[in-house]
Amino acid sequence: MEGLERIVLAHPFFAGLEKELGEVVSGCARNHRFNPGQYLGHEGDPADEFFLIRAGKVALEILPPGQPAVMFSTQGEGEIVGASWLVPPYRWRFDARAMELTRAIGINAQCLRDKCEADHNLGYAMMKRFLPVVMQQLDETRLQILDVYGNRGR
Amino acid sequence: MTPAAIADPFIPQPYRVARRQRETRDIATLELLPVGGERPDYRPGQFNMLYAFGIGEVAISVSGDPSAPGGYVHTVRDVGAVSGAIAKLGAGSVLGLRGPYGTPWPTETAEGNDVVFVAGGLGLAPLRPAIYHVLSHRARYGRVVLLYGTRSPPDILYRRELERWRRRLDFEVLVTVDRADPDWRGDVGVVPKLIARAGFDPHHAVAMICGPEVMMRFTADALRQAGLGMDQIHVSMERNMKCAIGLCGHCQFGPSFICKDGPVMRYDRIADILTVREI
Repeated sequence: MEGLERIVLAHPFFAGLEKELGEVVSGCARNHRFNPGQYLGHEGDPADEFFLIRAGKVALEILPPGQPAVMFSTQGEGEIVGASWLVPPYRWRFDARAMELTRAIGINAQCLRDKCEADHNLGYAMMKRFLPVVMQQLDETRLQILDVYGNRGR
Repeated sequence: MTPAAIADPFIPQPYRVARRQRETRDIATLELLPVGGERPDYRPGQFNMLYAFGIGEVAISVSGDPSAPGGYVHTVRDVGAVSGAIAKLGAGSVLGLRGPYGTPWPTETAEGNDVVFVAGGLGLAPLRPAIYHVLSHRARYGRVVLLYGTRSPPDILYRRELERWRRRLDFEVLVTVDRADPDWRGDVGVVPKLIARAGFDPHHAVAMICGPEVMMRFTADALRQAGLGMDQIHVSMERNMKCAIGLCGHCQFGPSFICKDGPVMRYDRIADILTVREI
């Protein structure tokens, strides 16, 4: 467990997290290895885990009806995959597929939610980490929706 | 500058298309040689006014190597009547050209620093002369990074050249696309996201950004978050240019004219008016 705690605290997402809180989070963590093509989550499935990517690359995809999957983002080393565990109904909003051999730490969502509920300091520390990620993804989505490289772009 | 250009800056000089290279579905690169006379020297970031006879004139940045002899290289996207006519010109065709105009990229100011090029879509074309310059004087610069984002894999500009640059050990090139099908093996996401992965010292770096204005704003914000000061960031602005010599006012941008005070402008001098809707 000590090794896992060190890995969790070394991940950029948890940079600066108090050691005591890190120990609590690490209690919900486990190691994962995903082979190329293996899915971390499928749209609609319970979001019972989120992932700290340690190495590799993960494609986030949506599947328009009757069309091939569209890859709208990739996440790599130092990034996270999955924020749906934070808000009801706690289900994946997209597919997450390993594009290459990917190593990650999975954090059990129910475990962490329970601990955040019991200790609001932990809950606030988690929110301070997740909100910037969500805001950044919102900004990125805005840029993508604008389709700035289309004919109206430079 | 040619004597004729000095005599009357509104009279275009004839240039012949020596070679046309199709880049993407709607983008072509033209090599233009002067019909008589010599090509004036130019600096990375400057533009020319290209005239499709009988149709109209449009401002297009030079995209070639400024140290290479011969003519000009321009990369043109077919987005309207004039640019469409120019982009479709074949070898042997003649067009009118006047220039070069505008302010250059700060390649001299950047010496001794890391250099971060950030290009979006066709914005790679106006940056390419600065990239050529930095790479041909590589010892004068620290780490050199190119972050390039575009719409989708088929829209990647200068693909072979990007692949060649990526193989260099002294040039970090990261490419991302806004969306892709599952066959794509590279990154997907917007170009500012690449900044966190790029290796440069924000306290000793000069950034040069070119692309759609919204993309440049988001990129400048991300660079500032990474630690760059606004005076370390330079952008290439685009407006509807007509005279190109600061007379007509078509390209007015607040207190500046993009054609003579730009297109390359330091970000701290324009950041406040970039988000003013009327400008």
